[in-house]
Amino acid sequence: MNPNISPNTVSRRHFLRDCGIGLGKIAAAGLLTDSLAGSAARAAAAHAMPRSHFPGRAKAVIHLFMAGAPSQLELFDPKPMLTKLEGKPLPKSVIGDQRYAFIQPDAAVMGPRFSFQRHGQSGAVLGSPLQHLGKVADEICLIRSVNTSQFNHAPAQIFFNTGFSQPGRPSMGSWVLYGLGSETRDLPAFVVMSTGSGLSGGAALWSSGFLPTTYTGVRFRNGRDPILNVSTPAGISDAIQTDSYQLINALNRERLGAVADPEISTRIASFEMASRLQTSAPELMDLSREPKETLELYGCDPEKPSFARACLLARRMVERGVRFINIYHEGWDAHSDVKGNVESNCRATDQASAALVADLRRTGLLDETLVIWGGEFGRTPMVETNPALGRSQGRDHHPQAFTMWMAGGGIRPGVTIGATDDFGFHIAESPIHVHDIQATIMHTLGFDHERLTYFHAGRDYRLTDVHGNVMHQLLS
Amino acid sequence: MKSLLLPTVPESIAADRHPAWRDSGSWALLPLSVCGLAMCLSGIAGADEGVTAPGYNSEVRAILSNHCFRCHGPDDKERKAKLRLDVPGHDVDFAEVLSRITSDDVDELMPPLEANKPLTAKQIDTLRRWIDAGARYEQHWAYVPPVGATIPERASAIDYFIGRKLQTAGIETTAPPADPLTLVRRVYLDLIGLPPTPEEADTFVNDTSDNAYAQLVDQLLASQHYGERWARRWLDLARYADTNGYEKDRDRNIWPYRDWVIRAINEDMPFDQFTIEQIAGDMLPDATPSQHVATGFHRNTMLNEEGGIDPLEFRFHAMTDRVATTGTTWLGLTISCAQCHTHKYDPITHSDYYGMMAYLNNTDEPDYRIPAPNTRSRSADNAAKAEQLLAELPDRWPLPDGDSAKAAAGLADAAFQSWLQTQRESAIDWSPMEPDKTTANHPYLVHEGEGIIFAGGDTSKHDIYSLSFTAGDQPITALRLEALPDERLPDRGPGTTFYEGRKGDFYLTEFIPSIGDRSLAIAHSSETYAQNRFGNNPVSARLATDGDIQTGWSVAGRVGERHVAVFVLAEPVPAGQSFAIEMHFGRHYASSLGKFRISSTAAPAGESSPSASELPADIAALLARPAESLTKPEMAKLREEFLMQAPELKEQADRIRQLREPVAGTLTMVMRERPSEHSRPTFRHNRGEYLSPREEVSPHLPEALYPADQSPPTDRLGFARWLVSRDNPLTARVIANRQWAAFFGTGIVQTQDDFGMQGTPPTHPELLDWLALYLMDHDWSMKALHREIVLSEAYRRATASPGTPAANAPREFLASFPRTRLEAEIIRDSALRAAGILDTAMFGAPVRPPQPGGVTEVAYGSPKWTPSDGGNRFRRSVYTYQKRTAPFAMFTTFDGGSGESCLAKRDISNTPLQALTLMNDPMFIEIAEKFGSALAGEPGSDRDRIRLAFRRVLTRPPSESELTRLLDFHEKHRDWPALARVLLNLDEAISKP
Repeated sequence: MNPNISPNTVSRRHFLRDCGIGLGKIAAAGLLTDSLAGSAARAAAAHAMPRSHFPGRAKAVIHLFMAGAPSQLELFDPKPMLTKLEGKPLPKSVIGDQRYAFIQPDAAVMGPRFSFQRHGQSGAVLGSPLQHLGKVADEICLIRSVNTSQFNHAPAQIFFNTGFSQPGRPSMGSWVLYGLGSETRDLPAFVVMSTGSGLSGGAALWSSGFLPTTYTGVRFRNGRDPILNVSTPAGISDAIQTDSYQLINALNRERLGAVADPEISTRIASFEMASRLQTSAPELMDLSREPKETLELYGCDPEKPSFARACLLARRMVERGVRFINIYHEGWDAHSDVKGNVESNCRATDQASAALVADLRRTGLLDETLVIWGGEFGRTPMVETNPALGRSQGRDHHPQAFTMWMAGGGIRPGVTIGATDDFGFHIAESPIHVHDIQATIMHTLGFDHERLTYFHAGRDYRLTDVHGNVMHQLLS
Repeated sequence: MKSLLLPTVPESIAADRHPAWRDSGSWALLPLSVCGLAMCLSGIAGADEGVTAPGYNSEVRAILSNHCFRCHGPDDKERKAKLRLDVPGHDVDFAEVLSRITSDDVDELMPPLEANKPLTAKQIDTLRRWIDAGARYEQHWAYVPPVGATIPERASAIDYFIGRKLQTAGIETTAPPADPLTLVRRVYLDLIGLPPTPEEADTFVNDTSDNAYAQLVDQLLASQHYGERWARRWLDLARYADTNGYEKDRDRNIWPYRDWVIRAINEDMPFDQFTIEQIAGDMLPDATPSQHVATGFHRNTMLNEEGGIDPLEFRFHAMTDRVATTGTTWLGLTISCAQCHTHKYDPITHSDYYGMMAYLNNTDEPDYRIPAPNTRSRSADNAAKAEQLLAELPDRWPLPDGDSAKAAAGLADAAFQSWLQTQRESAIDWSPMEPDKTTANHPYLVHEGEGIIFAGGDTSKHDIYSLSFTAGDQPITALRLEALPDERLPDRGPGTTFYEGRKGDFYLTEFIPSIGDRSLAIAHSSETYAQNRFGNNPVSARLATDGDIQTGWSVAGRVGERHVAVFVLAEPVPAGQSFAIEMHFGRHYASSLGKFRISSTAAPAGESSPSASELPADIAALLARPAESLTKPEMAKLREEFLMQAPELKEQADRIRQLREPVAGTLTMVMRERPSEHSRPTFRHNRGEYLSPREEVSPHLPEALYPADQSPPTDRLGFARWLVSRDNPLTARVIANRQWAAFFGTGIVQTQDDFGMQGTPPTHPELLDWLALYLMDHDWSMKALHREIVLSEAYRRATASPGTPAANAPREFLASFPRTRLEAEIIRDSALRAAGILDTAMFGAPVRPPQPGGVTEVAYGSPKWTPSDGGNRFRRSVYTYQKRTAPFAMFTTFDGGSGESCLAKRDISNTPLQALTLMNDPMFIEIAEKFGSALAGEPGSDRDRIRLAFRRVLTRPPSESELTRLLDFHEKHRDWPALARVLLNLDEAISKP
């Protein structure tokens, strides 16, 4: 297939008539988040017709988004110099004209609040709160030189997910679905879970932007119904539910005989899939068959919503063909007491993040599953103290340098890429912009990020705007 | 084909990549005088004709635009080899062009391989034939004013043009007229967004008069529901929502703007006026409150309230949104492409983009309190009541038991005398000081007399006001800062805080008097009131003199009031001495003073005096004077002040204060033009970045859109008038096209948001021009245009039956009526109407229908969704509360927007999540239950009830087999809500037939 096809450009009629693909076939190959309306491209995106530019190493992505921005200086990037300088301001020449959210540029430096240790054969250096991650150190690629263009939460989160700081562009998951389609017919192909407090970026983080709305991420909630309305409402018997589905489809079929509108066929397929989903979603969420060791590996109470449970569910989703999974953990915004903040967030996330990597390795899925861990920006080497706000020993937002890690899906394991200067302020080696991360993610999935485009409002758009380079040093 | 090296790709793939509908239509930057009328006409009609020499507009332009203009187009920064192919007259060697596009040599070949835009053999052939015929350019059709066409007498223009196109395409059979039940359902859904009741449908079906349909149309156009239905489409463009967006996404009050839109549409406000009022209503002579409210259109941009943001950066983002939205909504142009660089395809330079921004940029963005109805008489009533209570105050003085009322007044009087004495002893004679000069970093400071300074304009996280004074003939021992409330400020001030913190608060971090380079030490400070907004940490006037920029004074708990701080100098400023005061404001959000006054005194400084006093300035002045010099009215004033502040009379005094408050109207958000002496400059921003302003740009329009021999408008009002002037070739077409698409599902120009060179050419160019002219010629009446459309035969055709020729014709040819799924809001409203529970109350604050728990939990702060009570659960969907970061779930599922950006066209998807929503969403379950219980109470047999229910949902009666299936279901389950639910779930229930 030609890789550069803009899916919105083929008329459905053309597709149905000229490409010899019958409606039934499309319905059978159907995407849960897919539709025929308006564009056969969505059908073209079905798993029967993958359209990557070259064979990708990753088939699925699990993005552990650490919303609020974890402190790289406590977790990944040891800076003894900061301990030496503690209490003194950074040289003006280092700070330049960087704008800050809360602190003054002349704020004093604060040394790391934790010790660092080497782990694994690779000798990866991690802060002491990351004991579990240390156990999979040889599987992960630590990137200490990530930088972004945004220094406020909502714009930076939206930027990381869509390549642009304002809402309105498609998210990474939407682009991937648009490019690769789905491998599941019973579950959404792009799932979003959230386990912390509310998110700064809101629904823009998984929006399909100007792509067809069917590429929007489907939120899995923590409550009884993972998907909105997936359960039969209280007071309605199974018999009524089953018979209702049947009767609706029978009446729709009758109508299809009288009106030449293929949308009715799609509607019938949609109701059939909805009915299946009422079974498949609970099956997915049912962790009772997971072995005790697995639950313990994650530290997961199957009955309680948690980051650990979301990670385990993510593995189950990947097994069932879900393509793109976001797990948001909000709570890293350590304007005060960065030490306590890092401790509590690591308690919530460290074991399960590491378990996910180990579990994917054990089940043979890691090579085809890209795991991404990181926030929207980093935190300042300078302390945040503010008597009016009652803050002390915190760190402000820092866009110039932060750390992420990735694993699986064609990423080089057991290496540490990039470095910052002695203050942890600027990148000293291998700067990697968020657009580069996005380009590299798309590459692992088999896409040239410059060629996965969508024509909208007068021009071709892409995830990386007009930027981004694939970082080959991250790839194995 | 010369060789395998040729940059050709199989035609089928190329067609996919650049489909036929994008491969035609064009523009050239020709002044109108050069472009002959004949040429323009041929260009417009070009898409229809098949001529030997390919037309520039119909065939050539799209090829050049897609493959060549990026490097050889309008952008002189990107231009390669100084070759420009988008406009004539550039001395192009076309033989060379031909040779390069057909070259075997990959180094010579154009487009270059790395551009990844190879030409197909067919495209090369088109270019060759065009060049052979003389390479004649034509003006892009959309930049030429619409031209009228002659149509046969008594013919409906719409049907004439539709018919011609069908004929040209060789489609001879059209679908028959729709049956009356289908038509009545269709026209109800289109015009008022609700299905007819069976009674309404039957009234129409049984009316055999010739003009029954026209009468029905007029009746629907006059319905109040018409405005509710059509406002929703406009609100998509206006990116209307009830919250601010971004992280905090807190509520905002701008629903009066939404109501304005509904009213304007119901009144059939001419679209030109509708435009002018929304873009520049505040600038109209004697602007009415309604015209101020209308300017909410461009206040629908988002507001980032996240702590620590740079507010001016997000104001810049709002400005780029305003430019893009204006471009999409009126001009159908992708202006935003020129934010970062000159447009690659359309004649909009980088500077033009900021020229258009400049029209919209010279505004302040205040809240506006809409004058409440009968304000004046209510205020007068209240004032009279307050006077009466005031007169009675002395009699209310608390008495020891058993004393008479007369004694009360006496006690009050005694207390007044003693109060006077105490006050006189501590009275300070403050003299307001008029600064010699005031400057500020972002805000502009206006001297309003009596030493009062008002701060307008922009505000940042760290504002600095510098004031210079000359001391009078007395030395200055202390300085007083009065923070003053004002209607023009957020929540009446005195601060300018408008996001994140308490609206109307301020945060004074430093107050620094100085003589020359030497700051003056402050001996002590006091304030009448202080309250922090974040945390329990102290704020005070003293903290504004401690040299720590993070601490200071604010008044979060009592905005809208006057507050006073006094700074006693360690050493007096000598008489006649020049001195300065520098004030620093702000914290992690902008928080400056909006209105204030500095006064000075020569009173001797003691340990705790002078100190800040709540006493109003005029009272303090009276107290400072010798008692014998006071007139009777002055004495009465002092007495009133005493009574009003006496703790003994607080309850009564509060009541009086309440009565004296101005009668409050509803708040909404508006635009206000800045005073000309404080106009805001607009700059070109390099690469479109906020932090890279370059040269200043004055308001102007792109040359191609404005006759070169006229001068462009100079301000926002002029810009608004130009948008809807006959000189503008775009607006009427864009608007007419959008109306067309609302009825027929597809626009005549399919790219409704792009009439530029990358957009699709019109399928029916003459029809589009006719509609545009019709709209303008009928005083921009949208109702007239809608009427004309729905009265056409094309609109009244049946949908296609399987196997008929009409079923195979392209949808946009309208051989049959194109059936479409309904919009989210209409699906919900139709279900409410069918169930008989729609609450038709109009206007007002947004309401919350039920939705599943957890929809909003993921938004910042995890807000709870508490459904409205009573009828508000069942109001029309246009009144549903819209939260940008967590939109109403059912609307999102059915392709509604979030209000985060201008939405020109909604998707129409068809998904299992929609099925789950219709089946299981608590809102639909509730509707089905109410519908079901109503059915159970209907007279007649089960068959009758089922038939009735069916008709309430689908208008038409069921067929015998449909009825049988439903009866079988009913006999098995005996559950009317379940039966109603099945009907509401049918594809037909959510479709326009």
